[in-house]
Amino acid sequence: MGVEGEVIGKLRDRFRADAAIVRDRVVRVGIDRNDLVPVCRFLKEAFGVEHITCITAVDWRDRYECVYHLTSWSRNFMVQINARIPKDDPRIDSVTPLWNGANVHEREAYDLMGIVFDGHPNLVRILLPKDFEYHPLRKDFPQEVDRQYVSRRKIGGGG
Amino acid sequence: MAEMWINMGPQHPMTHGLWNLRIKVDGETIVDAEPEIGYLHRGYEKIMEVREFQKNVVLTDRLCYVSSITWSHCYCLACEEMMGIEAPPRGQYLRVLTNELQRIASHLMWLAAYGPDLGLLTALLWALRERELFLDLLQLITGARMNQNYPRIGGVRNDMPHDFDKYCLKVIAHFRKKLKDHEQVFEQSKLFQMRTVGVGRLSRADAMDWGVTGPNLRACGANVDLRAMDPYDAYPDLSFEPIVRTEGDSYARYKVRMEEMKVSCDLIEQALAKMPEGPYRSKPPRRAEGEGFRRTEDSRGEALFYVIGDGDDRPYRVKIRSPVYSSIFAAPLMMRGNKVADVVAIMGSIDVCVGEMDK
Repeated sequence: MGVEGEVIGKLRDRFRADAAIVRDRVVRVGIDRNDLVPVCRFLKEAFGVEHITCITAVDWRDRYECVYHLTSWSRNFMVQINARIPKDDPRIDSVTPLWNGANVHEREAYDLMGIVFDGHPNLVRILLPKDFEYHPLRKDFPQEVDRQYVSRRKIGGGG
Repeated sequence: MAEMWINMGPQHPMTHGLWNLRIKVDGETIVDAEPEIGYLHRGYEKIMEVREFQKNVVLTDRLCYVSSITWSHCYCLACEEMMGIEAPPRGQYLRVLTNELQRIASHLMWLAAYGPDLGLLTALLWALRERELFLDLLQLITGARMNQNYPRIGGVRNDMPHDFDKYCLKVIAHFRKKLKDHEQVFEQSKLFQMRTVGVGRLSRADAMDWGVTGPNLRACGANVDLRAMDPYDAYPDLSFEPIVRTEGDSYARYKVRMEEMKVSCDLIEQALAKMPEGPYRSKPPRRAEGEGFRRTEDSRGEALFYVIGDGDDRPYRVKIRSPVYSSIFAAPLMMRGNKVADVVAIMGSIDVCVGEMDK
């Protein structure tokens, strides 16, 4: 049994998380938002997860999800944590105290998706202008065109 | 003495793109620094949601014009992971081949920019001259010098042309000789040594904590190369030794990139020698459901694409992880205690590409 099995076993025992092996050296864990910091701290202390690859916020129809990709260089494996966040209260605890690298990724998720990270030292917009009013990656933020390519034959004009 | 903030950017020869580094100085000494980005934000992740999976390859090419194949390659790998398909062996080898050609071209572009940063204009002309040879090779195989649009979900767009391996080996043999000249022009220059050795030091623990990856992390003494640690495509079949330096200063970062070009030459030779026969592209499904992510060793570090499909022919959500986005925010750690004149020597050695950073 490799390091993946060990990680899954311990996470299931301690946090009752639904964990599964995705492929070699990659583990996927689904948790509730309240468990995020304990799970991350446990992974950092027990398995030497020293690198945060990225944080993704996803706007599902019934919930938000924050996806954390964490890497351990020393033991060479990766954990994907999917943390569920209710639609009406997009808040989650910040992991910046654990890894400084999370700082900018959390700012980006706040900027583009509007997830508020409690305990973040400097949660301001990073890519968009400071006075921008929307969070454009949300699904209710429309794009100008639905389809980029429209056949000329279909609209009946031109060659 | 009174402290004050200075803007190095958004328009400054140091920035190599459009971003701003605010530095707080006490006299000539840097006390603090703060990168300010977003000038080139084009909303990639949103635009990709209305385009079909295959069409997004064109977009991902333009994330970084210096290293476009490595980016679309990463996107294709993530889509393949989600769709549950794999490129045929010849396609995988062609991807490795073009990736390494692109890596050399990208490192040469960095070298061409780093020379004039430090007042060494010869390096610009020489490095761009050598880069042109590799762009010619890429043009031969893909049809374009830059923004090649070459990787495809399920393989690559076309096979390599007749006698391509012969041209390739010729260029590499020539380049190996020329690279010695490049090393000499840099390393025998006393000025270059004075401006880079011991300047912009970053410790290994700090680099890992702040999410620095790629050549910048390997210059700090960490043996982290995703081509060896989490091998993808044909990399498991090829043997190479990641380049690691322990000093963590600007000179170490320069040295790692120079040595990496030699490693890439070896990898190209190996890939050409082992190139299998057969198809180079498999057919991907048009619609896909599920999620998948893959990370690759981009020219600048760890690139990651995370793709979610909801059963439509377009992705539901795409996440781009850019290595420079993390590395650049470790700049304050390298800056503190150095002089204002060192800003250029430090930021140049990180190899910034704003296109991928701002997405």
